[in-house]
Order: sequence, then structure tokens, then C-alpha cells
Amino acid sequence: MDWYPLYNSLRIAWISTVVTFFLGILAAYYIAKTPRVLKGILDVILTLPLVLPPTVVGYLLLRVLGPKRLIGQWFLETFGIRLVMTWWSAIFATIVISFPLMYRTARGAFESFDETLAQAGQTLGLSGSYIFWRVRMPACRQGILAGTVLSFARALGEYGATSMIAGYTPGRTATISTTVYQLWRTDNDAEAFLWVLINIAISFVVLMAVNMLEKRERSKGGAR
Amino acid sequence: MADLCVHIKKRLGKFQLESDFEAGHEILALLGASGCGKSMTLKCIAGIETPDSGYIELGGRVLFDSQRRINLSPQKRRVGYLFQQFALFPNMTVAQNIAAGAHDKPRAERKALVEEKVAMLRLEGLEDKKPRQLSGGQQQRVALARILAGDPAAILLDEPFAALDSYLKWQLEQELSRVLRAFPGPCIWVSHDRDEVYRNCQRMCIMEAGKTDPPRDKHLVFADPVTHSAARLTGCKNYVEARAAGATSVFLPPWNLTLEAGRPVPQDIAWAGLRVHSLMRLEGDGEEQNRIPCRVQEVIEDVFEMILVLEVEGSAPDSPTLRMELPKAEWQGQTRFQVTIAPADVLLLR
Repeated sequence: MDWYPLYNSLRIAWISTVVTFFLGILAAYYIAKTPRVLKGILDVILTLPLVLPPTVVGYLLLRVLGPKRLIGQWFLETFGIRLVMTWWSAIFATIVISFPLMYRTARGAFESFDETLAQAGQTLGLSGSYIFWRVRMPACRQGILAGTVLSFARALGEYGATSMIAGYTPGRTATISTTVYQLWRTDNDAEAFLWVLINIAISFVVLMAVNMLEKRERSKGGAR
Repeated sequence: MADLCVHIKKRLGKFQLESDFEAGHEILALLGASGCGKSMTLKCIAGIETPDSGYIELGGRVLFDSQRRINLSPQKRRVGYLFQQFALFPNMTVAQNIAAGAHDKPRAERKALVEEKVAMLRLEGLEDKKPRQLSGGQQQRVALARILAGDPAAILLDEPFAALDSYLKWQLEQELSRVLRAFPGPCIWVSHDRDEVYRNCQRMCIMEAGKTDPPRDKHLVFADPVTHSAARLTGCKNYVEARAAGATSVFLPPWNLTLEAGRPVPQDIAWAGLRVHSLMRLEGDGEEQNRIPCRVQEVIEDVFEMILVLEVEGSAPDSPTLRMELPKAEWQGQTRFQVTIAPADVLLLR
């Protein structure tokens, strides 16, 4: 059996999670500080990929990244790089699709953060970055961890946008989800079922890990 | 010489804050009801909030000056702020919290400083605990240690006992008082509790609806609160409408009664205030001035006293009743008796 889809799916999900982690936190932090009207609009735009069909996201991505489109053409002419139909093209799709999960959970965590902690830090002379990384982030750790894991799980399971922007080429762009569809379509039911089981197993382990982390956190922390 | 000068204005919707006071090396109280702008004043001094206009100076340094466009960041102000809920960093241990106050010092010096503050606030043995494992009083002491480790030029206390159970208060108050008296700079103690403020400060500012009265000695504030609202904040419970009657006496229309005040009565007074503890029950016929004939309307048993609600005889319907307290042993179920108050104890209020 060819294990390439597993390897490819994991590296796509992993890279996209790292990017989403920072993008989501930055967006959550700065949007929480913007004026109300702008905040409402930005919030809708950034959450949109959560409710749009992945095919719509895939279509929009192709509109800007395709070889004859704005960004895609520029990249092709300047660097000689095609942005679509490579294994890493799927990362664009998974970032956009999983971003709202990271953004929204991080924002929820930041909003429930007790601002007097940051104010106390300021009056103690602590710098903004010290307060952010040593006070705010640890206090919001639970929400941020949950967001990260959800983003990872979502990126791992992405199908619609991925199949449009990266296609399905065995050994090159195939991921678990596109492989399942391809195997099922070609009547290779046994192998499709195997990949389904693998996918379920990975997701199961990931979600179990989160629950255990949370539980350990709670017992260590005692009440509150 | 004033160490801390605060002259600021800030508008928040319909609310207008106007804080004007100066404090030397002392503990100055801001006494006011909740929502009167006390905390906002502290936040402006610390730089967490920015006033619309005005001037703040601390130890010769200008912290804020709207005219010269000076507005130091909170980090540069060196103002220690004791938050109501203490705002300890939950992810750090006690020692790390205190060290955060001295983050800019070299490691060895920081370590020595933490040890010094731990000893000073009797936190030995708690160094490795997280804030949530501590009692409220311990948390307060850690917050104080953290502030002191930063070597502030002033300390601001925002309702220091609001987050603590009252039975814990007494010992903690003495502890806090001890630390603040040893502190070489101005402390601003914000509270709504007149007893707490009276015990711990020499001077106080009454704050009402966003505006501060000039700071005065606490004895003066309690002896002559000047305004109805200040009298209420100092705990006066009985008020009657009043107007000047003679040079040194007031007439109380609702009770149809004149009281001697023993001092010149300002023409603009509107109320007379009679403190519960200034009222005495008269036995027989004495020489006392200011006799008030009363009928007992209601008796409420308190823990150590009987609270009597008295109706002044000959008063108009719906006129204010008089509240007084008697030790339980002195209460024998009388239905009417005379009450007196010393002329100097009649509060003349605007």
C-alpha cells in the first residue's frame, strides 16, 4: 500500500496549523481592539470561510492563485513557480478553511481575559510583548490550545477546496481525503475503508489528547 | 510640599470627572460612593486611562500635561496600583509574581529583592505557590510585595478590602497600614467605607458625582461635613430641613423646633444633620439646651443596641423620624422621652 497520502496530509495539516496559529492569534488580538463597526465587518469577513462551502473557497482561491490570475501569474512570471496543482497548494486551502476556527476560539479566549492583569503588568513597567507572551497567552492557553487542535483536525480533513486547488495526483498531491474519494469512485472499496479508518483514528487521538490536556490542567489548578 | 498633584478632567458619556487634589508623603483617602469616579481617578494617575485635559505630577516628574502634550506610558510612571482583585498573574508562582515587579533588575539583585519582600510581607513558605492556592489576604500581600519590588514613587489602593471577607479585614488592615506607613511617598486610598478610611488616613477627599472636594483633615470632615452628601458618606443618618433662625441657631420647619448650634450659622444651609451617636436620652429635667420631645414609633433590636425610631412631638405629618441607639440595658420600654444634642454636634449642611 502507498502511504504517501498519510504523509502528505500530515505535513499539509502541520504547516497550515503553524501558519493559522500565528495569523489567528494576531487577528484575534488586534480585532478585539478595533472600533465596533470595523470590528463587526472584519469579524464577518474572517469567519466567512467557516460557513462557505469549501468549493466556493476553492473557486475563489483559483481566481487569485491560478496561473492566469493576478497573483498566480505574477508568481509564475517572476519566480517561475506555479501556485496551484502542487502538494503545497493544498496549504492555501487548509489555511483559509481552518483559520476561522483558530481566530474565533482565540478571540473568545482573549475576550474573557481579565484586562486588569495587563493593566497591572503595565503599571509594573512590563513591556507590551512581555505582557502578551508571559501573561495574556498563558492565561488564554486553554482557548488557544483548543483552537490549534481544532484547526489541525479541520486542516487534516479538508477536501473540497484542496481537491480544486491541488487536484488529485497519486504520489504528488494526493491527501487522505482526496484518496478516499478517488478510491471509492474507482470501486476500490476495501482500500477506501482502510483510509477512512486511518482518518478516524488520527482525529480520535488528537481530540483525546486535547481532553486529557484539559483534564490535567484542571486537576493541577484545583478550583476555578 | 506636595508629592502628587492631580488636576484632571475627563468626560465619559454623561459623566464628568473632575479630580483636583494634592498629596504629600501621607495616606490620602478618596471617600465616595461606588460609581463616583474614584477608580477612574486612580486609573488616570496610573496612566491606564487618559484624561481629556489637565495635569498630573509625581515627585517633580510630569506624568501628564494636556497643554504640553505630555502623557507618559504606565510603564514609565512608577505608580504602584493595588487592584481590587489584586490582578496577580495566575500562571506565575508567588516568587515569579514578585520578581515581575523587578524584571528590569539584574538576576542576583532581583532574587535578593524577592527574598526581602517575601520576608517583609510574611510570605515565607508560599514562594512556590500559585495565586489560586492562596487566601484572599495572602493574595493581597503578594500584590503589595510585587508593587514594592518595583520601587514605585506612589501607591494607589482601589478598595483594598472589597474582595475580602469582613472577618479577615481587621488583621489585614493593620498589616496594610504598617506597610503603607513605612512607604516613603504618597498613597491614595480609595474606599466607600468611612470607618476604614478614618482609621488609616489623616486627610481625606470626599468625592461625589465625579467631583472631588478639597482634601481636609479627617477630624474636620467628620465634625463639619459641610454638605449633605459628605455627611451621608461620613455615616450621619438623621437629616431635617433647616434654615438659619438667629445668629447661632437653626429652625427645623418639619419638627417646628429651634436648635442652638453654638456657632455662627451660614445663611445658605439647607439641612441639619444629627448623628446617631450625638443623641442623648434625657433623665428628668436638666439644664440642657436643645431638648427634643419624642415618641417611640418603632423599636428594632440590633446585636448590641436597641435602635429606636422616634417621632418628634409636634412635628408635621410625614416629617423625618429620628434614629437613635441605646444600650440594651438602658432600654426599659419607655414610650416617650426627651432627647438632647450638644450645640456643637448639630451639623450644618448645604
